[in-house]
Amino acid sequence: MQEDAPGTMLSEGGPWGGSGDKGNGDKKPWTRAGSGPSALDALIRRGRARFGGGGGGGDPADLHLGGLWRWAVLLILVVWIGATSTHTIGLQERGVVTRFGKYIGTLGPGLNWTFPAPIDLVTKVDVDNIHVIDIDRGSDASGENLVLTGDENIIDLAYSVRWSKRDPELFLYELQDPEATIKEVAESAMREEIARVTLDQAIGAQRTQIQQEVAQRAQELLDSYHAGVVIQGVAIKQAGPPSEVMDAFKEVSAAQQNAQSYLNQARAYATQVTARAQGEATAFDAVYAQYKLAPEVTRRRMYYETMERVLAKTDKTVVEPRNVVPYVVPPGVPRPAQEPAK
Amino acid sequence: MSAFDFIRRNPLLWLGAALVAVALALSALVVVPETKQVVVLRFGQPVRIINAYDSRELFGRTGAGLAVKLPFIEHLVWVDKRVLDLDMPGQGVLSTDQYRLEVDAFARYRVVNPVRMYASAGNESRVGEALKPILGSALRNELGKRPFAMMLSPERDVVMTNIKNSLARVAQQYGVEIVDVRIKRADLPDGSPLESAFNRMKSARQQQALSIQAEGARQAQIIRGEADAAAAKTYADSFGKDPAFYDFYRAMQSYRVTFGTDDKEARGSATILLSPDNDYMRQFMGKKQ
Repeated sequence: MQEDAPGTMLSEGGPWGGSGDKGNGDKKPWTRAGSGPSALDALIRRGRARFGGGGGGGDPADLHLGGLWRWAVLLILVVWIGATSTHTIGLQERGVVTRFGKYIGTLGPGLNWTFPAPIDLVTKVDVDNIHVIDIDRGSDASGENLVLTGDENIIDLAYSVRWSKRDPELFLYELQDPEATIKEVAESAMREEIARVTLDQAIGAQRTQIQQEVAQRAQELLDSYHAGVVIQGVAIKQAGPPSEVMDAFKEVSAAQQNAQSYLNQARAYATQVTARAQGEATAFDAVYAQYKLAPEVTRRRMYYETMERVLAKTDKTVVEPRNVVPYVVPPGVPRPAQEPAK
Repeated sequence: MSAFDFIRRNPLLWLGAALVAVALALSALVVVPETKQVVVLRFGQPVRIINAYDSRELFGRTGAGLAVKLPFIEHLVWVDKRVLDLDMPGQGVLSTDQYRLEVDAFARYRVVNPVRMYASAGNESRVGEALKPILGSALRNELGKRPFAMMLSPERDVVMTNIKNSLARVAQQYGVEIVDVRIKRADLPDGSPLESAFNRMKSARQQQALSIQAEGARQAQIIRGEADAAAAKTYADSFGKDPAFYDFYRAMQSYRVTFGTDDKEARGSATILLSPDNDYMRQFMGKKQ
C-alpha cells in the first residue's frame, strides 16, 4: 500500500510525467547546466528509498504528508527550471542573456536554453520594429516648431525620425535614456542642417537632401555614443512659413499668378496681332498677284464694286457745281422728296 | 542518514541555521549588472571598484557579474555606468550684435572615476546639478563672444568644441567625462525679437511680390512690342511691293468699313454730294474717256 503512494503521486501529477520526458529528450542543455537528469533521478530514487525504508518506523499519516511536501517542492522546482531556462525568441527579436548581471551573449530567433533564473536572465529586444519619433511641437504656445534658417528667416517645421535597435546589448547598456537621446540628437542635427540652407531651399527644393543629411549626421552622433541604434530615415512632414507671415507668402504667390496672367494676356495679344498681319498680308498678296495680271481692269473693277456698295447704302445728291449751291440737309429735317437730278 | 535524521528531529534548528547561511551568502555575494559600477567602502574608505568603466572594454568582458564582499564590513555605493543626460533648456544668451537668443543645449556625460565622483558629489544626479550652471555659463561665455549669424554657420562646431572643453575641465574634478555637448536649438525669444524677425520676413516677401509683378508686366510689354514689330514687318514686306496699289486697295477697304457696307445696318446715315466731275460719275455723265 505504501509503495503505491509515490506511484499515485506520479500519475496524479500529470506535468510530472511530461516534464520527465522532456528532461530526457532535451538532454544536452541539462548537461550544459551542470546537473544532469541522472542526478535528479538519483534524488528521486533516494526519496523513494527513504520513503519505503523509513515507512515502518514513523507515523504513516505524517510520512505521507512529508512525502507530499517533498514532491510538491520538487515539482515546483522542475516547473520553475523548465519555465525559466527555455526561451522562445521571435524572428524579429534578440535575447540578451546576463549571468548574475554580466552580459554573456545574445540569443538568436528560435528556442534557446540558458541556466534557469535567477542565474541567467534574458531580456528580449525587438530589433526589427521601427520606432517613430515625431518632432512637431515647439516650445511656444502656438504649437509651431520654429527653426532658424541660414538667411536668418524662420520656418515652421514638422518631421519624424524612424529608428530601430541594431545592437541590443549596446542599446540596453550604453545610454541611460536612448529614446530621449535619439530625439535630442535628431533635433540638434536638423537645426544644424536647416541653419545651413536658405528659407527657399528649406521649404522647397532641397528637402530630400536635408532629410538625408540629417539622418546621416544623427547616425554619426549616435554611433559616437555607441547607442546601438540605426536611423532608418528622417521625413519632413511639413516645412513652411510660420502663420504670422503666411499672408505675405500668399501675396508672393498672388503676385506670381498676376505676373503669369500679364504674360498670358500679352501672348494672346501677340498671337492676335501677328495672325491678323499675316492674314492681311496674305490677302493683299493674293489680290496683288491677280492685279499684276491686269492692273487697269482690276483697279477699275475694284473701284466700281466698292463705290457701288458704298453708294448703295447712302443718300446721294448729284450737284452741278456751276448751277446749284450745294446744301446739306441737317439731320431731323424732312428731306426734300427728290432732288432734281439731271 | 544520521544528518537527515538530525534535521528531521530538529526542524527549527535546521531552519535557523539555513536562514543564517542564506543571509550571510546574500550579504557576501553581489550581483553587479552591466549598467552599474560599484565602489566598495570598508569603514567608509574606498578599497576597490567593481565593474569600473573602461573605454576599451567590450560587453562580455567587463567586471560585471557575481562579486564577493565582506559582509557587514564592506558597504557598496552604486554608480551608473551608462551615458547620462544633462538638459539645459531656455538659456538666455546675448550675442555681440545684441541679439537676444534662447538656447536649449544638452550634454551627455559618463562617470569614469566613481571614487572621485562619490567623494566630490555623492551621486550622479548631484553631479548633474553641479555641472548645469557650469554648462550655462560656458554657453553664455562662448556665444556672448560671437555675432548672431555665427549660430547659423559652420563655425558653430568650433563653439561646441570650446564649450565641451571648458565643461570637461570642470567635469574632471567630479570624475566625470563629457561625451558630447550640443546646441539643440537657438531661437529668437517670443515678443519683440521674434516680432521684428517676422516683420523683416514680411517686408522681404512683399518686396518680392512687387518685383515679381513688375517683372511680369515688363515681360508682357516686351511681348506686345515684339508682336507689333513683327506685324509691322509682315505688313511692310507685303505692302511694300507696290505702295500705290496698296494705297488704292486699302482705301477701298476703308470706304467699305467707314460707310458701313459690311454691316446689315449702317452705323450712321450719310448723304453724299457727288459732283458730276467725280470719277465715279464719269460714265454717268456720258463723258468720253
